[in-house]
Amino acid sequence: MRELVVISGKGGTGKTSLTAAFAHLAEKKVLCDLDVDAPDLHLIAEPTIQRSGPFLSGHVAEIDGTACTSCGTCMEVCAYGAIQNVDGRFTVASGHCEGCKVCVAFCPEQAIDFPDRLCGTWYESETRFGPMIHAQLDPGQENSGKLVTLLKAKAREHAQQKGVDLIVSDGAPGIGCPVISSLSQATLVLLVTEPTPSGLHDLERVVDLCRHFRLPSAVLINKADLNQGYQTAIHTFCQSRDIPVVGHLPHDPEVTRAMIRGQAVTEGPETPFGAQVRQIWANLQPLLGAPAHT
Amino acid sequence: MIIAVASGKGGTGKTTVSAALASIWKRPVLAVDMDVEEPNLHLFLKPESVRSEAAYLEVPVLDKALCKLCGACAELCQFKAISLMGAHLLIFPDMCHGCGGCMRICPEGALQKGQRELGVVEAGITSEGIPCLTGRLRIGEAMSPPLMGKVRQRMQAMAEQDFRDIIIDAPPGVSCPAMTAVQDADVILLVTEPTPFGLHDLRLAWQAFHPLGKPMGVVINRAGVGDDQVQAFCREKGLPLLTEIPFRRDIAEHYAHGGILTQLDAGMKATFEDLAQRLERMACEGQGVSHA
Amino acid sequence: MTTTPIHTIAITSEGPTLADPVDSRFGRAGGFVIVDLTSMATTYVDNGSSQVLAQGAGIQAAENLVKAGAQVLLTGHVGPKAWTALQATGVKVVQGVENMTVGEAVTKFKAGEFTFSDAPSH
Repeated sequence: MRELVVISGKGGTGKTSLTAAFAHLAEKKVLCDLDVDAPDLHLIAEPTIQRSGPFLSGHVAEIDGTACTSCGTCMEVCAYGAIQNVDGRFTVASGHCEGCKVCVAFCPEQAIDFPDRLCGTWYESETRFGPMIHAQLDPGQENSGKLVTLLKAKAREHAQQKGVDLIVSDGAPGIGCPVISSLSQATLVLLVTEPTPSGLHDLERVVDLCRHFRLPSAVLINKADLNQGYQTAIHTFCQSRDIPVVGHLPHDPEVTRAMIRGQAVTEGPETPFGAQVRQIWANLQPLLGAPAHT
Repeated sequence: MIIAVASGKGGTGKTTVSAALASIWKRPVLAVDMDVEEPNLHLFLKPESVRSEAAYLEVPVLDKALCKLCGACAELCQFKAISLMGAHLLIFPDMCHGCGGCMRICPEGALQKGQRELGVVEAGITSEGIPCLTGRLRIGEAMSPPLMGKVRQRMQAMAEQDFRDIIIDAPPGVSCPAMTAVQDADVILLVTEPTPFGLHDLRLAWQAFHPLGKPMGVVINRAGVGDDQVQAFCREKGLPLLTEIPFRRDIAEHYAHGGILTQLDAGMKATFEDLAQRLERMACEGQGVSHA
Repeated sequence: MTTTPIHTIAITSEGPTLADPVDSRFGRAGGFVIVDLTSMATTYVDNGSSQVLAQGAGIQAAENLVKAGAQVLLTGHVGPKAWTALQATGVKVVQGVENMTVGEAVTKFKAGEFTFSDAPSH
């Protein structure tokens, strides 16, 4: 199974627009949106939901007011400041509860329940590009990477069932838990950057992250014409780390126009920008390896 | 007064707006970068004489001589950071969330306090005298909220010293890290762009932050690049549209050079001075409401 | 190193019998077929409890395996944390076992065609 994961470190570099274009260009694939916090790929792919389900992850403490004697032990043992005491009545601020169970274990009255925590919803959908796996985390929930792991497992399952050997995944910004989870078993991590101070700075951090997990990566410079100096700096950096640069794209409002049409940039009448994206997709093929026999 | 600059979608211009606001803020101000995964504010404010301090999470360390292999710690741990494998108790510090339950529950006192490095907290000051505070997550470290907690402690200590206002550059998204970053704010400033992605993520941000009951306002960045759906959404929700930053090549290039927007031209400076005044008014009105 | 003779091996498996395919995953394997090499009797250990974990699946799977008394594990790949866990309890690991049935893997192991790994995959 081959999996292309598109990440960027910095947000807004064009990850999702490019992932949508790859989804359009790849012949047989399963599409996956791993940005479960602020997903956008569905705005282009327009999925029809086939199946969905609750995403339960970990637990949350709940104080049973009838059994609670207001001894305050829970508040003392909670490392997250999640227990509130309002006039002797103790409650859990679920947004701050880490689900560690310490208060449950130490409550002398066994007055604290520990139900499953509902964190979001996962979806299995069909799109004009093929099957798509996606999700929406509920606002304020911990983005621990568990939902990302679940989506990746579902995408693999779907691909196997359908005899497809490519997964194209849109990742999340940052370098923390959800991003780390999105990288697991990736064949290639495509890093989308831009020639700005933030773009280069964040690229350095995601490159280090890929090296930390010993994953092959490649770089795509979007909005490449914004600043020649930073573009050169990105090339120098990539050379020093032995990372291929698979292409450049200009700062082009066509990306936004396509987004407003609800299309991938390669859909519709051919534009110079679309042609460049096609070329980049072709450049990625050798790095992704040959399709396995199915 | 604390202003948190947030957005659902990444790359809409949170850092651009934070840096510009800090640069023209009338009263003493502290600039805080809470995007510890990808901190960028320092690239624009360029603090000097930066002091870096490592931040740690308390994790258990096993004293084998005392452990009787009862397994109580492994049973309590919800994060698989402790495993009882036959006659071996194994600790996986990377998995630990620092709840301290294992140390508390061990009847033999066999688990002692150790540390895992989360990253660093950096403090410096710009040539204009604006103190800057940043958290920087260690590469490979999965959890950002504990480090954000350390930045927050430091922020409160620094601001209390001389009653400074605070501008917080929040991480993108609407999950736990973003909520952690905005919890202390008097006003939440949402930065978006007039595109379908921008609108969708603004809606997510509104859903997440609205229940906090804090005053919120919107800045549209790259105005003119897309459509007018964001304006329509703001009207529908009664979200004040505080300012627009036009989609202009010179602005994008100025940013790409690491420039602060208020230094581009007099118009931009006036735009942000006006924004700062509006934010101050919102903060005062917001406090008025909460005291009423 | 101890030189206990090996009599119990475990193979990550997609199903309960020797005819089922080897599951190349360890932490998220469907289960383990445990084979007693002297009698060739098999038992099946379901690994569902690990499959549902988002983190620490490998550690949980290692716990399940050790409880079942396995001395050797044949599988596709083992991650670093599970590796640490298996090393600590002296379970020897063969990685790269995939695209064959559990029975074929056992035969190859008995014929000495496998070498024990000295490092985890990632």
